Amino acid sequence: MNRFAALLDRLAYEPRRNAKIRLLADYFRDTPDPERGIALAALTGGLSFQHAKPNMIRTLIGERTDPYLFQLSRDYVGDMAETVALMWPAKHGVNYVPTLAEIVAGLNEASKADLPARLASWLDGLDEVGRWALIKLITGSLRIGASARLAKTAVASMGQDISPDDVELVWPGLEPPYLELFAWVEGRSEKPESNNPAPFSPPMLSTAIEDTANWREALDPKDFAAEWKWDGIRVQAVGGRDADGRRVARLYSRTGEDISGSFPDIVASVNFLGALDGELLILRDGGVQSFNVLQQRLNRKTITTKLIDEFPAHIRAYDLLSADGEDLRALTFEQRRLRLDAFLAGAPNPAISLSPQIAFTSWDDLTAARADPASHGAGVDADAVEGVMVKRRAAPYVPGRPKGEWFKWKRDPFNVDAVLMYAQRGSGKRSSFYSDYTFGVWADGEEGEELVPVGKAYFGFTDEELLKIDRFVRKNTINRFGPVREVTHEPDEGLVFEIAFEGLSRSSRHKSGVAMRFPRISRIRWDKPPREADRIGHLEALLAPLV
Amino acid sequence: MRFVSYVLARMRPENLLCLTPQGLCCRPAGVHVDPTRAVERALITHAHSDHARPGHGHVLATPETLRIMALRYGPDFAGSTQPIQYGEVVTLKGGVEVSFHPAGHVLGSAQILLEWNGYRAVVSGDYKRERDPTCAPFSPVRCDLFVTEATFGLPVFRHPPAHAEIAKLIASAELFPERAHLVGAYSLGKAQRVMALLREGGWQRPIYVHGAMTAITDFYLSEGIALGEIRHVAPEERKNLGGEIVICPPSALQDIWSRKFPDPVNAMASGWMRVRARARQSGIELPLVISDHADWDDLGRTVLETGAQDIWVTHGAEEALVYWCEQNGLRAKPLHLVGYGDEEADEIAAPVEGT
Repeated sequence: MNRFAALLDRLAYEPRRNAKIRLLADYFRDTPDPERGIALAALTGGLSFQHAKPNMIRTLIGERTDPYLFQLSRDYVGDMAETVALMWPAKHGVNYVPTLAEIVAGLNEASKADLPARLASWLDGLDEVGRWALIKLITGSLRIGASARLAKTAVASMGQDISPDDVELVWPGLEPPYLELFAWVEGRSEKPESNNPAPFSPPMLSTAIEDTANWREALDPKDFAAEWKWDGIRVQAVGGRDADGRRVARLYSRTGEDISGSFPDIVASVNFLGALDGELLILRDGGVQSFNVLQQRLNRKTITTKLIDEFPAHIRAYDLLSADGEDLRALTFEQRRLRLDAFLAGAPNPAISLSPQIAFTSWDDLTAARADPASHGAGVDADAVEGVMVKRRAAPYVPGRPKGEWFKWKRDPFNVDAVLMYAQRGSGKRSSFYSDYTFGVWADGEEGEELVPVGKAYFGFTDEELLKIDRFVRKNTINRFGPVREVTHEPDEGLVFEIAFEGLSRSSRHKSGVAMRFPRISRIRWDKPPREADRIGHLEALLAPLV
Repeated sequence: MRFVSYVLARMRPENLLCLTPQGLCCRPAGVHVDPTRAVERALITHAHSDHARPGHGHVLATPETLRIMALRYGPDFAGSTQPIQYGEVVTLKGGVEVSFHPAGHVLGSAQILLEWNGYRAVVSGDYKRERDPTCAPFSPVRCDLFVTEATFGLPVFRHPPAHAEIAKLIASAELFPERAHLVGAYSLGKAQRVMALLREGGWQRPIYVHGAMTAITDFYLSEGIALGEIRHVAPEERKNLGGEIVICPPSALQDIWSRKFPDPVNAMASGWMRVRARARQSGIELPLVISDHADWDDLGRTVLETGAQDIWVTHGAEEALVYWCEQNGLRAKPLHLVGYGDEEADEIAAPVEGT
């Protein structure tokens, strides 16, 4: 367990994706079965424990420490689990370190009454980091900056020519401690059979249309079909039958993660045999809601009926990969689209609908539709449209990002001129640079015009520009708060950024009352004095009126 | 016998030691211990700058401390100086006898024992109990009044064995051989301890050091402390130091200086690294919990081993330690001394600019 804990500890501090993958792979290589398989289950969210609750930990530490000293420590550390891990009194003579596998087995078999004593004995046997990891593990807050996808990518990296998608494909048929999986990537046995009756298919992805030179001339509109690009999450809804003939339904994310547990409403409505590719959205009051609304349904630990009622999930389907056991991916997009129409018409489903196509004959037509989706067929759903998708009629469904087949053409971002107010040092390669910028716009304050922060951006500039901004920050610092510097922001002195962003929503967490989506720096206005930056009214005008 | 115990019972710790604006003062002897402002006569526990300041009239300290002060402040850092060996007894004004005893904090660090009319007070300065290959180990001194620090005076601070932390650093350097490993460490003491521990851990490559710590490191070497091959980092060489371990002041990690290294891993050797929020706030990717101060358990153990009935807590997390002493039947009070800090905490909080 201490080795696993050390891994989690290191991952929590490591900002680089590739370094995380190496740390994970290094752990998997060093650690024997079944320990590493249990660790993989923990990292991919495959473990949950019924009885262990934060309260139990609180009781245990209360029996072992002085309440006043605990209070002082808790205030200093700022995190309950960490305080307990650090303060837990060492028990001399305990030298047996439990393995992760033992702990997980113990957690599963212990009764509620039995659990505190077991927990205490494990905590006695572990070191500070081990205790921290154990408490995080059982309280379900294993937020360590490594996703399930990253762990699977690390497993794939242990093999020869095995891609993360390959791991994803065999994954649903596997169970902890994943002995066949490790045997396969280590070249000791064949690829595990995928006996998943509702398998995931790696998706076909698009490229930005602007990346094709002279695309308006190079591409012939007759060869393409267009549909709305929805601002939701890409999913695959798959229905199948298991060996006993029972129906199986699964919902997958774009990367092949099984997200069925988060959307029981969608899974329950999968009444077909086949695989649909589409966008998961919230459909409420007769219209598709914006991404901000969808976000309130995502990343919830427990899915309540109330949550489902309040945020009903819906799929706008745009492709059909298989139907009744027939693989359709070799067909052209146009053929698949006809099959999709018929498929949905044959089995009406309130949770799934067809993503409509946009009629156009010239790129100018499509330009107009993209500029104003509401009056070109998207109607009340226009809030959830973030551009258009352009798909070659003759293209088969090819996993990955084949060139020249599917294009995304996102709508133009919004822009605002804002003033740099605070700068923070970045992490990793940027740890010596002030690279994270908080910017503000003008608003009426108690003493006249003042800047209110409206967002934070940390990309959109070149390395060369970063050097220049970093120099500006260092020369114009008026205050320091740990890693953060306040930078001069007066009407005639300061730095203006042109910020591009994808959308805006109301936010009670921000002083300005608004929160931006995907803000980034589109231009640095060295020429512009801060007094000419935008006012908050410019942003408020973009907000949808409160209903 | 009866008479002696009567005198001892009458003797209050304040008769021997008191607080003045300059810091802790032994009135009968007319000396200050680690004064924070210039005084006529000073006793200095160790050479860290918050304890050892320049400009005193006369300084009594261990030979190592005096030499380091001269190195840092120049040869005229005090009007006159007098070296005192560990265990040597010097009689001061008023018949106060003073002796210095190893504190295990850094090279030359000492606890100062003041004895007057049979009453013994120990001012410990900064100290640690954990083994350190670069300085003499702490030796407990029996006393009536023990003046202690409490830098890590909360029960969340339990320093792990330093060799295990060093093993983490070596494992990382081996896993990422293309990346430079920069280790922030306080220039006096911590840096050299890390070097010595790296050698004990089997690291045989040259250890690179930032320019700000070459003088002190050379001093350690000249004192006969084995650190292996130490190389100064030449500016144009930085880009070639993938896989190497480079030791620098904590502030240099965020400095422009660190940019030229290949994809550096930022490590820091400090007791503060025990707390995640602290490590994160300083932008550290590889925290190494290595401290030159006593941890919570060692503070309590040391207090009990001195046998003192009166405990004064100079600086750090006084509240928890005072409470703990009282729970253990000892008289304890916080001194709230202004001017002492943790040498590292200051550096971590306020990075200096470099070019």
